[in-house]
Amino acid sequence: MGLQNRVDTMPVTSPEPGRAQRASGASGLRTAWRRHTRLVPTYVPLFILTIFFAIPFYILFRNGLATHAQIVNVDRWLWLPLPLRFDNISRSLTSTSPPITNSLKNSAFISIWSVVGGLLIASLAGYGLARIPCRWRNGVLYLMLVTMMIPGAVTFIPTYVIVARLGWVNKMAGIIVPGLFSVFGTILFRQFYLDFPSEIEEAGFMDGLGYLGVYWYLVLPNSAAIIVSLGAITFIGNWNSLLWPLVVAPAKEMWTVQVALSTLITDQVIHLPELFAGAGVAIFPVLIVFLFLQRYLVAGYKLTGVTG
Amino acid sequence: MNAQIAIPSVQKRAAGRRRLQRTWRTNLTFLLFVGPLVAGLVMFTYIPIAWGFWLSIHQARATITPQEFVGLAHYAWMLKDPAFIKSLTTFGLFTLFIVPTTYCVSLGLALLVNNVRFAQGFFRSVFFLPTACSYVIASLIWKMSLFNSMPYGFVNMVLYWLGLDPVVWLNIVGPPWYWVVLVTVRLWLQSGFYMLIFLAGLQEIPRALYEAAFVDGAKPGSWATFRHITWPLLYNVSVYIVLLNVIAAFQAFDEFWNILRGAGTTSLVNVARTPLIYLYGVAFGDLNYGRGSAGAFILAAIIIGVTIAQNRVMGLGKSHY
Repeated sequence: MGLQNRVDTMPVTSPEPGRAQRASGASGLRTAWRRHTRLVPTYVPLFILTIFFAIPFYILFRNGLATHAQIVNVDRWLWLPLPLRFDNISRSLTSTSPPITNSLKNSAFISIWSVVGGLLIASLAGYGLARIPCRWRNGVLYLMLVTMMIPGAVTFIPTYVIVARLGWVNKMAGIIVPGLFSVFGTILFRQFYLDFPSEIEEAGFMDGLGYLGVYWYLVLPNSAAIIVSLGAITFIGNWNSLLWPLVVAPAKEMWTVQVALSTLITDQVIHLPELFAGAGVAIFPVLIVFLFLQRYLVAGYKLTGVTG
Repeated sequence: MNAQIAIPSVQKRAAGRRRLQRTWRTNLTFLLFVGPLVAGLVMFTYIPIAWGFWLSIHQARATITPQEFVGLAHYAWMLKDPAFIKSLTTFGLFTLFIVPTTYCVSLGLALLVNNVRFAQGFFRSVFFLPTACSYVIASLIWKMSLFNSMPYGFVNMVLYWLGLDPVVWLNIVGPPWYWVVLVTVRLWLQSGFYMLIFLAGLQEIPRALYEAAFVDGAKPGSWATFRHITWPLLYNVSVYIVLLNVIAAFQAFDEFWNILRGAGTTSLVNVARTPLIYLYGVAFGDLNYGRGSAGAFILAAIIIGVTIAQNRVMGLGKSHY
């Protein structure tokens, strides 16, 4: 509820009606013109910046759909290399020297289970901390806040040591499990549940549900906004991560798509079209998530940005 | 008489037992909800830190079980290692480049986007979209095509149109052009995220302040309104963004790893190694987990130190208007 309200709250300054009515005839035209020229300094840089921000995406797709000779053409820049070579994609997917298809499967498995497990753990803990009166609550909150002080990327060596001790090197569990316990997600869920209308829960208790029943049947189905927001962020983060899978799963059959692409960049022999086609395929799921869930992502990033 | 006394005491004891039962049931439910998180934090944060510290004061090469006790030798070695010091310098330099540019670009984007009514959502999406791209894919685009050192690289092509010579972007000798590649890739990837935070901050500024300024003769969208209203009121957001940015720069790994490493640029990764790449080399290249853990603790201390220092100097939460 609070989240959804935050989604689209760009201030829309209403055009003053008085001025439009007052202005009439030639003078009205002049004010309208002046108002438009005032916007030029805003829209012109915006359009130029838009082009700048779009160029890398354009290059990714151009190179992915061109031939090698077209990419390395030094005489001129081919803006649209016709005919578009869609077979680059299938060739990239069937290549085994870096197993792109297998790495895509690994990435999908890791990202989906990280989202499901991470959200479940964080929402359970968030609900418990928000609603269940227990004297250990402050202790747990304190424990969580201390871990927030520790920069995540720095703990990768100690965490690797434990994962190795558990025998999880080159196992899916080694990549997924250590990332499931998000203090940050828990705090967001807790905040969300603190603002949750308690009348709904009370009705559930009256009907004889326990905490678990209320959580499962009433609270969770009404947390869609925050679940989608955090889920999208978690998915993108896991899909795009490089360092942890690189450290914990160096075996070729365990490579995620980012690790596979990262290895390809530094290969001795590089097939540019296949490389870019593979990158295009790898960015596709994230683009889909982005396009469909953008408002939730914006809301989530704003929340993480503002609370974090 | 006896019975009269007994009844309330029995009732009280029963009530006490019920309350105890209820407390225990509540505690158990709490455990059911919060237990998984706490167990995970203990297992994958607290125990690793303790074990890592134990390793850092022991010899541990190619093994994760501590061997002989060495005290603070790893820490001393680390702090004297020129490669480690150099990685800190690299971080400092990178911060110097990336923090001001990100700040200006994301603030500029936020001001522009906040200023338009038509197609505002479109522009916001365009600048936000790179946030979804991974560092690996962005590095690939930057290294292989955008800033390819060959004349067919896009930027070299643009330079050619302008009548300039192509630049060897990833070189060891000559001017360190690779910084342009490293800074622009991160700028492209993260500006949209910081733009969102700035946009949220801009919306918090009460409109009445601007209206009051306009009454006093300030022009909408002028430098004076920005300098005296918008910017001071974004102070907390600014401090927060700079802090996030510094911490992110300190943990830089992906783009340095993907752009500077590899065929033809083998030694370039040694020219500009970030602290994390250095640590990765110690722990997973030399398999020296004891030394690597010591390095991790030094880095953690530095990050926490930087955070506290920045808070002292700039003061998060201080109001400046």
